[in-house]
Amino acid sequence: MRIHLYIPCFVDQLFPKAGMAMVEILEKLGHTVEFEESIACCGQPAFNSGYWEEARKVAARTIEGLESAETVVIGSGSCGAMIHKFYPELFKETPLSEKANALAAKTFEFSDFLVRKLGVTDLGAKFPHKVTFHDGCHGLRELGIKNQPRQLLSHVQGLSLVEMKEAESCCGFGGTFSAKFPLISSAMGDVKCTSALETEAEYIVSSDSSCLMQIQGLLSRQKKPLKTIHLAEVLVSR
Amino acid sequence: MEATVMNDSKDLILRRIREALKTPAPVPGGHDYSHAETTPSRPKPELDNFRQWLPKVENDFNSQWSLVTKSFNALKTDFGLLDSPTQLIDFVQELQRSENWKRIAFHRGALVTPVVDSLQTEKIEIKSGYDCQDLEKCEVGITECDAIIAQTGSILITSRSAGGRGLSALPPHHLILARPSQMVSDLPAAYELLYQRYGKDYPSMISFITGPSRTGDIERIVVLGAHGPKKLTVALLKD
Amino acid sequence: MSATYAQDFKENSGRMSQDLTHRAVIKKALNAYELKRDENRSKYLDWQEARQAAAEIKWEAINHLDRYLLEMTEKLEARGTKVFWAANAEEARNYVIQLSQEKKVKSIIKSKTMTSEEIHLNSALEKLGYDVIESDLGEYIVQLNDEPPYHLVFPAMHLTRTQIQAIFKNKLGSNTSDQPEELTMVARDIMRQKYLTADMGISGANFGVAETGMISITENEGNARLTTSFPKIHVALMGIEKVLPKLGDLALFLPLLATAGGGQQITCYNTMIGGPRQKEEVDGPEEFHLVLIDNRRTELLSDTEQRDALHCIRCAACLNVCPIFKSSGGHSYGTTYQGPIGSVITPHLRGLQDWKHLSSASSLCASCTDVCPVKIDIHHHLLHNRRNAVSQSPVWWEKILFIGFSAVTAFPSLFQASLKVARFFQPLHGFIKGSILDPARAWTQTRDLPEIPAKSFRQQWKQRS
Ligand code: SF4
Repeated sequence: MRIHLYIPCFVDQLFPKAGMAMVEILEKLGHTVEFEESIACCGQPAFNSGYWEEARKVAARTIEGLESAETVVIGSGSCGAMIHKFYPELFKETPLSEKANALAAKTFEFSDFLVRKLGVTDLGAKFPHKVTFHDGCHGLRELGIKNQPRQLLSHVQGLSLVEMKEAESCCGFGGTFSAKFPLISSAMGDVKCTSALETEAEYIVSSDSSCLMQIQGLLSRQKKPLKTIHLAEVLVSR
Repeated sequence: MEATVMNDSKDLILRRIREALKTPAPVPGGHDYSHAETTPSRPKPELDNFRQWLPKVENDFNSQWSLVTKSFNALKTDFGLLDSPTQLIDFVQELQRSENWKRIAFHRGALVTPVVDSLQTEKIEIKSGYDCQDLEKCEVGITECDAIIAQTGSILITSRSAGGRGLSALPPHHLILARPSQMVSDLPAAYELLYQRYGKDYPSMISFITGPSRTGDIERIVVLGAHGPKKLTVALLKD
Repeated sequence: MSATYAQDFKENSGRMSQDLTHRAVIKKALNAYELKRDENRSKYLDWQEARQAAAEIKWEAINHLDRYLLEMTEKLEARGTKVFWAANAEEARNYVIQLSQEKKVKSIIKSKTMTSEEIHLNSALEKLGYDVIESDLGEYIVQLNDEPPYHLVFPAMHLTRTQIQAIFKNKLGSNTSDQPEELTMVARDIMRQKYLTADMGISGANFGVAETGMISITENEGNARLTTSFPKIHVALMGIEKVLPKLGDLALFLPLLATAGGGQQITCYNTMIGGPRQKEEVDGPEEFHLVLIDNRRTELLSDTEQRDALHCIRCAACLNVCPIFKSSGGHSYGTTYQGPIGSVITPHLRGLQDWKHLSSASSLCASCTDVCPVKIDIHHHLLHNRRNAVSQSPVWWEKILFIGFSAVTAFPSLFQASLKVARFFQPLHGFIKGSILDPARAWTQTRDLPEIPAKSFRQQWKQRS
């Protein structure tokens, strides 16, 4: 299959390892991976702040850049939700409406794509650690992704998954929210970290790098031993 | 009743509403990510269909009885299933002895009257013109009811079936005398019963009572007997 | 004005977020609720379809609101109810005041009504010398403590038993332990005579019923039953959006409200009232007045995108799961309706520019939308409010920022370059980290920044090919 991998701006700049891991996985499964260099961002920061006009400009470039793609796989639940759910709304009653819907229909979040679209759950990975999983809000509640990453983790050799009580609670990132209301944001992150620490896991795994940045930011500041890692990186570990 | 003289804004509000409703709003459904092409057609959201979604209740008496007793226990509703009128009288007299009732309040009814007649206490009959301060001094209010709901362990009363509004709310103990045949399966059935029994002329008050009065307003810890009855007892006389 | 509300919120919520005692109190209070909610929800044959059905019924009611309100009020009037339509808070207040004056009312007992908070009825009545007492235990506690309800359904959940013990001691001179049972009995004893001697009982209404002309009140304590049984005059306050088409609809809504809001299968009392005492009845109020309140609900109605916010049954499930609410606390909002739904509707009820900050104070985690028993698109409406606020009057520096953002992202190379600069400066960041000189202070006050890797994904991708 010809797969267009959409790498969120975030992952591109700050977490390229996660992006490269996705490339490796998809290629190993025998697919052709493409990457559209002209796209920088999905437009979510502007959209979430209420600047829909500006967001539309950014998003229009994404829609056009991906028009010829067959299938789009996106390495973040958050940007996945943006394209899948909010593009149709953002372009409602505009000339790009149809194209936005078409893009939404062919866009899949990474773990969901592997499990539901390709039917792959065992990637032959080995990661002998105790981990806990953080469900990113957008992946979980906008896209309904809950079991897919867990199915993938269940086949990783040596890995033991301990669920934390607050697995489904928000990490407190929320994009610009984390800067506009830093204290609320950090309090929310604290709840998350405390719950993760209770599991005595070595790693917090998630499909969303932005959540991991928030969680890691708090953990490092508080000098806690727990580390964060993207799901794709776990899945390429040997 | 004389009307209070003050003009209200009925016309203005209705005008605003009609103006607003000129533009229709989409029927709720919610978009989802399932990549599914079709949305399933749903049964209409009406009384007859609620049962498909609400907690399940079996149709036979025995399962309903075990369900209702489970709810009674969970919600601290005391109950007794009595074989004969004499047993019912004994049951109530035993309650009277153990709680040392000095004054009881009641309304007349096929089930209540013989039981009350057998009790040796001061008795306040609740009828038009009763003094609420007398009611306040009673340890128990004895009433009948319209139905018992298996699904929730609720008792359905109305101002007509249970001696008005206050009798079942003010005394610290509310004793309900009923028949097992008054049990209905669930809330939809209870509402069907209301339609049938009162459809032409509803009592001014209808209430579902589920367990004794309770509150959780202090640290969400349940305390029984917040304002209404601290105790709720259902005595069922077999048909 | 807007700066004040926004500033207050930011300060109060920031302070509360760092208050670990508060966090623990709220967490403890919600613990049992969560367990029971999940247990009772799991008993439904299909919780999701039950929600969908409820949403459709509310849609029907709200989108034919004129018809159902007329049907309800005609039926009520036919049985001797006096219906008063209040366009705004002032009209509603004045009606109750005038009625009290006319009927020579002295003391008033109230059962829980958030609508009364919305129209600030208590302070208006007290100013005129009426003796007004809240009978719901939680409401009574916050009334004694001179503060507004902390939460739509659990008004005093932020107070510990020790604090309540102290309030009772200071305000009532009671000498009890801090046991919830004992404290509850203090209130019970005080209230009993009030029900019997008050001249007027004021209640809310959780639902109105068009088909049969009734209101329905949901409660656990029995205070609403007593409030509506003994005083000679019963006044019910109800927002116009509360009406349901059919009496039988309650068979779905009563359990839904109880499960979502209190974790119960059904609450202790669910009482439908269709008029004052009728001819053949032995008791009940001689007069029943229903005050129907618009107070800018019709403005929300005219916003088709957010019209479903009027479906709200005020169960507070969205508050109970909201991490913003749990961190900031109910009082930080400064609104009658707290939590996610409050953040959606307050801008409509009290002005978008003054209250838009509440819509920004969300990570859009969608927990609220997920639990709402009538499927209101709550967190998306926060996005809609943000958009509407911007198109009404954009914040100049944000506008510049996002125009810049849109320009920069048009040229990935430019975007790259800007990050390259950041990469260059990052080693120096340690010197100013977290200080006021730090441009990233909002982040670095509490969190570390990730290290910017030597090569971006783009660069690595290019090198491969
Ligand atoms: S918005 Fe939904 S969840 Fe929140 S109070 Fe209203 S009905 Fe309940």
